[in-house]
Amino acid sequence: MKKNGRFYFLDCLYLLIMILPILGGIVLRVLTHPAESGVSIRGAQVFCTIPMPVQDLIISESQINSWLVILAVFGLCLYLTHGLSARFPTKRQVVAEWIVEKTEELVYENMGPFFKGFSPFICAILALSGFSSLLTLFGLYPPTSDLNVVAGWAILVFILITYYKMKCGPWQYIKSFGDPVPLLSPLNVISEVATPVSMAFRHYGNVLSGTVISTLVAAGLSGLSAILLGNLPGILGEIPFLQIGIPAVLSVYFDIFSGCLQAYIFAMLTMLYISSGFPADLYEQRKLRKATIKSVSK
Amino acid sequence: MLELAIGIILGCCALGAGTAMIAGVGPGIGEGNAVAKACEAIGRQPECKSQVTTTMLMGCAIAETTGLYALVIAILLIFVAPNMLVDVLLKSIG
Repeated sequence: MKKNGRFYFLDCLYLLIMILPILGGIVLRVLTHPAESGVSIRGAQVFCTIPMPVQDLIISESQINSWLVILAVFGLCLYLTHGLSARFPTKRQVVAEWIVEKTEELVYENMGPFFKGFSPFICAILALSGFSSLLTLFGLYPPTSDLNVVAGWAILVFILITYYKMKCGPWQYIKSFGDPVPLLSPLNVISEVATPVSMAFRHYGNVLSGTVISTLVAAGLSGLSAILLGNLPGILGEIPFLQIGIPAVLSVYFDIFSGCLQAYIFAMLTMLYISSGFPADLYEQRKLRKATIKSVSK
Repeated sequence: MLELAIGIILGCCALGAGTAMIAGVGPGIGEGNAVAKACEAIGRQPECKSQVTTTMLMGCAIAETTGLYALVIAILLIFVAPNMLVDVLLKSIG
């Protein structure tokens, strides 16, 4: 493909769509957060509440930040996929193809051929969760450390699991609760409910614990450096020199590694729960039976 | 008297949060076992390294769940429970 002025203009536009939301988030944070010192661990800041019939809708930092992440990922997708050509692939096209191929491979390996169409959904979960956790690198509030956001995703996954369990009719679904013996059905119901709860708590707890531990370590280091160098004269005693660099080591684990790992685990568990809850053999039998009934009645 | 009551509430919330995090011992032992076994498996069959690592990370994440439940309880006890309990106390006094 020939690169002309329009191509480069679109390039810049998509890059701006990618970068501007992050910059906007940083500006919003700087404008709305008062300067603070010492240890402060707090939840998402509430910007405004919109009155609603059942319960007031709270617009908080986590919602704003997740929309910013969605915009940024949208810009990234546009940037990677514009100007595709079959004969002369550009570098970004190779990257986009690699992402798509890897996700399809992952979904095929873990879910089987019936769920081939799931790869866009899984990729969306991976991107949204991963980039949300990586938002801490810009000093923004990560939406995944808010239980409400992650609980929303977990409920979505729970609906999907139930939908695929009900593929063979509601009666089959109810029967699956009394699986080994009907006596155990309360336990089965509990384990069914525990799925979304544990998914939400796992993701939220991991990201939030990283934030809490990082804050505590940073505060502790500033106190330690005040003890060590506090009696030096002038400005020398006020520099928390232990805070330079040491919290960054923790950040590599808690922000980058743990954030990406949790995104991967959330996507992986989604795939496993959906594909293991789906009664594939029964579904095939049912399809065959329906087909034979149809052909006989004809 | 009111100060004493509020002090007991705050102190017991902190004690409860600390006690809840004893649950962190379990996942630590469990994940340590999992990683040890994964190392053994990789040592026996180095060609399966990527698969073993993936499975181990999944298993570790699931084993961590109980510890995270304790963490959620502890966070609730530190950040949410004191305000709520003090409100209940003040309301009951009138």
